[in-house]
Amino acid sequence: MTERFPGYDVLAKRDTPSWNDASRRVIDHRLALEDEPRFLTQDEWRLLVALCDRIVPQPPHRPRIPVAVLIDRKLQQDQGDGYRQASMPPLRQAWRQGLHALNEEARLRFGGNFVELAPGQQDALLELLARDQVRSEAWQGLGAKSFFKGRALHDIGSSYYAFPESWNQIGFGGPASPRGYVRMDFNRRDPWEAVESKHV
Amino acid sequence: MSEIVPQVPRARDGRAPDVFHVGGWVPMREYADDDEVDFAIIGTGAGGGTLACRLSEAGFSVVALDVGPYWRPLEDFASDEHEQFKLYWRDERIVDGTDALQLGRNNSGQSVGGSMVHFAMVSLRFRPEWFKARSQLGYGHDWPVDWREMWRYYGEVEEALKIAGPVRYPWGPHRPRYPYRAHELNAAARVLARGSEALGIKWAPTPLATLSAPRGDAHPCVYRGFCIAGCSTNAKQSALTTWIPRALAAGAEIRDLAMVGRIELGNSGRVTGLHYHREGRWRFQRARHVVVAGYSIETPRLLLNSACPRFPDGLANSSGLVGHNLMAHSNQGVYGVMEDEIRWYKGPPSLAITEHWNYTDEGKDFHGGYSYMSQGPLPVEWVGTMTGNRGLWGEALQREMQKYIHQAGLKIVGETQARDENRVRLADEKDRFGLPVAHVTFSYGDNDHRLIAHAKRFMRDSLAAAGARDIWAEESETAHLMGTCRMGDDPSTSVTNADGRSWDIPNLWICDGSLFPTSGGVNPSLTIQALACRAADRIKLLAKRGEL
Ligand SMILES: Cc1cc2nc3c(=O)[nH]c(=O)nc-3n(C[C@H](O)[C@H](O)[C@H](O)COP(=O)(O)OP(=O)(O)OC[C@H]3O[C@@H](n4cnc5c(N)ncnc54)[C@H](O)[C@@H]3O)c2cc1C
Ligand code: SF4
Repeated sequence: MTERFPGYDVLAKRDTPSWNDASRRVIDHRLALEDEPRFLTQDEWRLLVALCDRIVPQPPHRPRIPVAVLIDRKLQQDQGDGYRQASMPPLRQAWRQGLHALNEEARLRFGGNFVELAPGQQDALLELLARDQVRSEAWQGLGAKSFFKGRALHDIGSSYYAFPESWNQIGFGGPASPRGYVRMDFNRRDPWEAVESKHV
Repeated sequence: MSEIVPQVPRARDGRAPDVFHVGGWVPMREYADDDEVDFAIIGTGAGGGTLACRLSEAGFSVVALDVGPYWRPLEDFASDEHEQFKLYWRDERIVDGTDALQLGRNNSGQSVGGSMVHFAMVSLRFRPEWFKARSQLGYGHDWPVDWREMWRYYGEVEEALKIAGPVRYPWGPHRPRYPYRAHELNAAARVLARGSEALGIKWAPTPLATLSAPRGDAHPCVYRGFCIAGCSTNAKQSALTTWIPRALAAGAEIRDLAMVGRIELGNSGRVTGLHYHREGRWRFQRARHVVVAGYSIETPRLLLNSACPRFPDGLANSSGLVGHNLMAHSNQGVYGVMEDEIRWYKGPPSLAITEHWNYTDEGKDFHGGYSYMSQGPLPVEWVGTMTGNRGLWGEALQREMQKYIHQAGLKIVGETQARDENRVRLADEKDRFGLPVAHVTFSYGDNDHRLIAHAKRFMRDSLAAAGARDIWAEESETAHLMGTCRMGDDPSTSVTNADGRSWDIPNLWICDGSLFPTSGGVNPSLTIQALACRAADRIKLLAKRGEL
């Protein structure tokens, strides 16, 4: 795939008026997070990383986004979203059980651990989760579809698009304070915005 | 995963944060727990913040408590969606129902300044007939207030917030011109304008509570687009930057990081004060009057949590209505891809609006109305729409995300009908203060579904007419909350009177979005603030007459 915004790097704006101190502190901290689990076990962590790779596959030839780390830290801090489906267990329990059940389902269907399956098999399995067509008992009290959509897609999508590299990929301006934008009309671009390649 | 959050209260020792200056302070009057203040107000958002200002300016002694932190936006707010989750109510709540509400980010704030700290600034008046929905339009309930009186208070609020809006607003009775000029449109707003013109309906620049010219220490909007993640430049005119500084100057005390757990009823049948948790311990503030302004979930929760032998079903609940008739605006979006670069992350998210279907009754197969506005979600919100609504993941998700800067969208604020089964009650689970959390049930009704279907059809046509392709519509989205303690004229069918005074306990008041008997098809904050201003004037009058 040709890159849509070649050469664009949100981080190049770090020391410009587009970033205030608070933004620098927050993004610096995020980028410095060690790509290691603090809450999940090593096995759970490998499983989560493999799951992230299927939910938000990363473009080749681009710096890798450590998607799983934000989820692990969210779990470590037990920081929920401010609501929970009555049918779902609390955050930590939902993730723990969901990862476990995902692996059980993989063994039941494909006779191997999720992390060992081929990407195509992993996708096929996730398709079944999305349709609630699961066989493992391990989903009891959680629900495959609820976990997949309500937890996995929700948290993984949100984590991926919290990293500046993801903003480079979609042409988002990133932090913008105190300097915001001036040119707002159709096809108008401020000099500090991404240039879209006409060859995509 | 917030990096910048005050861990201890800032408003104390005779001073409160000066929101307009990095590291700044302003003097603040303080009261002792044993001082019997005239008014203790729970919550400092659109309702509580406004009322605290207006009552202290009228000479009453006021303490306003909020469990949220007291921010200085200039130093505490990053341009970052994740960091700014800190503005939302993230303590647990349990949800269910066919259209179980997404709370937190979607509708609930927890800050001094309330949900206005992250609101989208859309500042609209109700259509006059909505105040008499039952008798004039044949659905819902009548409000116990007159629209002309409300329109006067709307004028006051628009002036207090220096609303930026068009010279002539195309719908409804005459209104004065907005205090500040309308904002320039972004491309996303122009898509709405194009579509409206193609379909032959009117549109307008949205009246917004963000500055289009300097005001005191606040600069005009810089079109950075992070509004619902908090405005780090103070262009946004929220309770935090308008009513609360005025309240402090007039002698009110604000207590941040102060959670109210229970309102105490005395032997006389009047409330005597409230129990609150601050700096690691429970305390009791005495008060002549208590006002609950915690919004549609926390207000009924607190009233229910304050049950006592005299009111075993919760305070002010002899009608049995506390917690019932919760409304959430329907909020379905329709999205499409434009050939042009739109870059909808620039500018406030909703710069253009049409209220056509609020003011036109012909051709509807449903009660109520809706407005719709242009959209500008940032990446984290947008990916949530893709995964949550469309269930996209994998290559399909990443392919869609690639179209980000070409995307345009329209979203309704749709009126929903008040229905008894949509409600807030107490769960068994406890929060970090040991208090039972809210259990919130919500499902759309048939009328709501018909309204949504109509809106989606119309917005699809509009987007298509504007030149969008790959158009799709969201299913089960909701926005602003309203109701759960409705006001009315009859103690058996409402919780308070028009002043927000509870029928059961003469010195217990409610002043927030929970008072709404119906929801209307516009964002609620202007109406909440107008009700608060009205309540303050009524309280002044009642005090003069010796009727408090
Ligand atoms: C993302 C978003 C965008 C929005 N955009 C718009 C818009 O464009 N236009 C519009 O009109 N409206 C908008 N709204 C809605 C608007 O912000 C709310 O309707 C309005 O602020 C509600 O006012 P309120 O006074 O009822 O409650 P709030 O403003 O929510 O204030 C309630 C406060 O009470 C505090 N509290 C609650 N319980 C307790 C307790 N027990 N002890 C201590 N403190 C307590 C809370 O911390 C909170 O700060 C938006 C809301 C959100 C979430
Ligand atoms: S667009 Fe304007 S109101 Fe919104 S956050 Fe930026 S400066 Fe504030």
